[in-house]
Amino acid sequence: MKLSINFLKDYVDLDENIDVKKIADDMTNAGNEYDEAGSLINCTNLVIGEVLECTMHPDSDHLHCCKVDVGNEVLNIVCGAPNVRKGLKVIVALAGAKLPGGEIKRGIIRGQESNGMICSIAELGLENKFLKEEDKAGIHELPQDAKVGEDPIKYMGMDDSVIDFDLTANRGDLLSILGMAYEVGAIYDKKVKDIDLSHKENNEDINDTFKVKVNTENCSIFLAKKIKNVVIKESPAYIKNRLIASGIRPINNVVDISNYVMLETGQPLHFYDADTLEGCLEVRMAKEGEKLTTLDGIERILKEEDIVISNGKKAIGLAGVMGGLETEITEKTKNIIIESAIFDNVKIRRTSNAILRSEASNRFEKGLDPNRTYMAIERSCNLLEKYADAEVVGNIAKYDTTSLKDTNIDITAENINAILGMEISKEDILDVFRRLGFKTSVNKDIITVSVPKRRIDISIKEDLIEEVGRIYGVNNIKGKLPNILPKMGSYDKVTRQIRNKMINLGLNETLSYVLVPEADAKMFTNDDTEVVKLLAPLSEDKNTLRHSVSVALYKIYEYNKARNNKDVCIFEIGKSFQKQGEEYSETKKLASLMTGEYYLGINKKKVDFYVIKGVAEEILDYLGYNGRYSFVKDKEKIPKDMHPGQSAMISVNNDMVGVIGKIHPEIEEDDVYILEIDLDRLLDKKVSRMKYKEISKYPEVKKDIAIVVDDKVTSREIETTIKKAGGSLLTKSEVFDIYKGNGIKEGKKSLAYSLSFNDQDRTLTDEEINKAVEKIIERLEKDLKAELR
Amino acid sequence: MEEKVNSIKKNAVDEIEKTSDLHDLNDIRVMYLGKKGKLTEILRSMGELSSEERPKVGSLVNKAKEEVEEIIKQKEEELKKLELSKKLEEEDIDITLPSKKTVRGSKHPLNRVIEEVEDLFVSMGYDVVSGPELETDEYCFERLNLPKGHPARDMQDSFYITTEYLLRTQTSAVQARTMMANTEKTPIRVIVPGKTFRREDDATHSHQFNQVEGLVVDKNISLADLKGTLEVFMKKMLGQNTELRFRPSYFPFTEPSYEVDVTCFKCGGKGCNLCKQTGWIELLGSGIVHPNVLRMNGYDPDKYSGFAFGVGLDRLAMFKYGITDIRLLYQNDVRFLKQFDRKDEEYEIKY
Repeated sequence: MKLSINFLKDYVDLDENIDVKKIADDMTNAGNEYDEAGSLINCTNLVIGEVLECTMHPDSDHLHCCKVDVGNEVLNIVCGAPNVRKGLKVIVALAGAKLPGGEIKRGIIRGQESNGMICSIAELGLENKFLKEEDKAGIHELPQDAKVGEDPIKYMGMDDSVIDFDLTANRGDLLSILGMAYEVGAIYDKKVKDIDLSHKENNEDINDTFKVKVNTENCSIFLAKKIKNVVIKESPAYIKNRLIASGIRPINNVVDISNYVMLETGQPLHFYDADTLEGCLEVRMAKEGEKLTTLDGIERILKEEDIVISNGKKAIGLAGVMGGLETEITEKTKNIIIESAIFDNVKIRRTSNAILRSEASNRFEKGLDPNRTYMAIERSCNLLEKYADAEVVGNIAKYDTTSLKDTNIDITAENINAILGMEISKEDILDVFRRLGFKTSVNKDIITVSVPKRRIDISIKEDLIEEVGRIYGVNNIKGKLPNILPKMGSYDKVTRQIRNKMINLGLNETLSYVLVPEADAKMFTNDDTEVVKLLAPLSEDKNTLRHSVSVALYKIYEYNKARNNKDVCIFEIGKSFQKQGEEYSETKKLASLMTGEYYLGINKKKVDFYVIKGVAEEILDYLGYNGRYSFVKDKEKIPKDMHPGQSAMISVNNDMVGVIGKIHPEIEEDDVYILEIDLDRLLDKKVSRMKYKEISKYPEVKKDIAIVVDDKVTSREIETTIKKAGGSLLTKSEVFDIYKGNGIKEGKKSLAYSLSFNDQDRTLTDEEINKAVEKIIERLEKDLKAELR
Repeated sequence: MEEKVNSIKKNAVDEIEKTSDLHDLNDIRVMYLGKKGKLTEILRSMGELSSEERPKVGSLVNKAKEEVEEIIKQKEEELKKLELSKKLEEEDIDITLPSKKTVRGSKHPLNRVIEEVEDLFVSMGYDVVSGPELETDEYCFERLNLPKGHPARDMQDSFYITTEYLLRTQTSAVQARTMMANTEKTPIRVIVPGKTFRREDDATHSHQFNQVEGLVVDKNISLADLKGTLEVFMKKMLGQNTELRFRPSYFPFTEPSYEVDVTCFKCGGKGCNLCKQTGWIELLGSGIVHPNVLRMNGYDPDKYSGFAFGVGLDRLAMFKYGITDIRLLYQNDVRFLKQFDRKDEEYEIKY
């Protein structure tokens, strides 16, 4: 909402020299923020001049050399405008003047001295939409009564300041000059002046010739007033200037008055050319697919939820949003029907969101005061009589279900102080309500506040508490901590532990987007559920929720690759999303992506499957799942975008909790590995408390064996066999060498294991150990066809 | 004979002096003092001497042996010292060459800020809770006093999945969840850090960002409690000299509502381009929980009151680490990430 300070001063007395910034800041402290505050015209050193002489420039076919009287001197000015001529009163920017387009300097233009500039309206910085054809074509021609040497901005009545407010959604009342006047009046303790509604009415009655019908519950009040014999002409300058300051383009006196009254009262009005109507206006819901051409010439196709105004036969206006083209005010209009009404805010909001937002719809959406619905009609009559020579027809045609009465709310000083945490006296509280223009009555401790209908945002006690806080001020409240029972706070510790562990492994934590392109949403998963897509995405590359966290890490990898960052070892704890039937679910995941070089201990190593497997095992061991997990090459379950030979499912207690492996070479030509673990699922599996295990007092004995097995036999199979055969004496078995090639047959491999034996209660004999090793070898030979090397 | 012994001794001493090697020294020892050594041999050949001469020569030789032995010992020590210093010199290394170490990973700056906020509030007895990022309209809006068609829904253009589901626009959604989940309707003290989403993407806005929400519901909670709590919070995050300014505002789920400005963290309140010369930065939204919200979620507004606040964490992180562009937080360039690899420095709060 752009607030013209001149307009505001019509209704509230302000100090003559009050700075617009001061008003803006004081309003901000009362809860009404602004974007910008400043003069309507931002120009310095302008003066009214008279062109005394005007000759063609000797070296140009379009420039003129002028002698301009600016009061205290006569200046030589070169001017290129086609309409410059002797005797014209003009706006002169003197040397040193600052205009929106730059500073004016003395100079020589093609050999001729020029000590200023004769200005057009455009050069004063008015927005393009306010410029008339002549404003764009040449310099501005001031009327002959303009006094040479005086300030042209003041002369034109454009010496105004404007505050552009960014209002909160509840303060619909501030979308009017009157509302602003009450607010500013409360802040500065000034009374709001009455609005002039006076006008004469003829002895006809509109109800004799005109009917209004309301056939929907979405219109609470609908008023029509008839005006005869208007003369369409230009509006007086003050109306035009205030419209411009408020951001509305002046058109003609009648249209301007409808906008002017809307600005004053907040009540949007619609003026119909009465001669295009057939004696009635009806409010009803649109028919599905019904067509209407609005004022802007666009044909709109309506829905059942849109409210329309009809002439009894067809829609002629989109209620609360925009009028129809057929019944608009034109240069030829003689008689007018004024419509002043309130439509359901939710319906208007829906329609305006779907079709078009307008000054009117913005006000309807936020709710209106029915008192103003009447007031706006009266005010229009007053202005039309004054500026359009109108004859006002008696009475109004009306439909009204509203109440115009104030809302009464009971409150006590204790109520207020309990919430604000202050000690404001009853007297001070009553004074705040007086300044706001709310009537009060007091019965012992209870204050009954009559809230006028204009403050539609106030309905409960808490709203009044806010008003007291707003006007009285809360910045001197002394802060304290809540007086509540001490207890220990809790948080998700395990997530942090996992995060810190991953960081200790040398990985970099990321924070990725959950939105990805639809085509990639299910990457690195094998789910066949429906994608979870946004109804209105910002862009196609962020239109769907990710089904895996790895896909987001892959996007990060691609970003880094494009920047030549080759070593990317990253992780994230985040959510992935899924649709199951009509329900949506989200899962907390640990995901990691590794490629390039990675520090393994103190050595750099190229990342391969075993490196990322190490990361997975570190995490699982750290979380206490040692001995309960395995990596399973389950061809059915491994996602299709992963390398079938270098990927696995991670199984804990025989439950698949994650996936690990290399990205399929078809998708990614570089060696990139990912890991994704479903943390919800994993952490669901209970882990026993950490307990001390007695350290054996007896020495451990190590034996190494090397065996040759078929290539297809996995290390895991061998280890399981060793463990089974080793029994309780075997405490550890580790692979320490894998060899293929010279000396080993094709299709075979050699593996060397280090076996550790120990007993809690005694030193083991050589005989016992040899027996155990023999048993292991025997099993390996039998079960896996291993040969001892 | 005496001459002979002295001559052998002199030769030995000469040789000892000349040697610069422990091995040679040992050879000398053997040559003169060993079983077949030159001095030992004299002792052995003493049979040829008269009984008067024998003890004389015997003591002479033994004395010489002792003397040589002593000189060898001294020489030995000298040589050992020399050898050690040579070894030390040889082992001298350039300690400025690069070390061998494992690499440190890094924690994302936003999670660093989240952890700091969590630690502060946990220490004050708050529980850290979370809620779904894919939220229902009911919890994100309706239960927060924002019925469908409410004009304030404009304030936050949302990513809807269906008419009922959306990506949460505010962590406030968890307010309603927390109140509903508390079936005993006992007092509540929670914070909710997490991801939030709005339909905008430009140099200063990211469509995905992070907020932390705070909610306290108890008896006799007032604006003074909110102010005191936010003072501690902001001083912890921004420093002891931070001051707060409450500006009335409007949020449908609080009444009264306040936007909270803090002393500009760039200029300390003097006025700069970050704070547009005002000395203040708008950072938080807050207020007293609206009675409708308490009622809708099962708390009796006549018995309970509460306060709630929400703050954007991206901005706090950007301030804390001097990050100038919000997009850096989400691009995850490893050259950016790797910079956050050490412990944080935090402000202390003085009471």
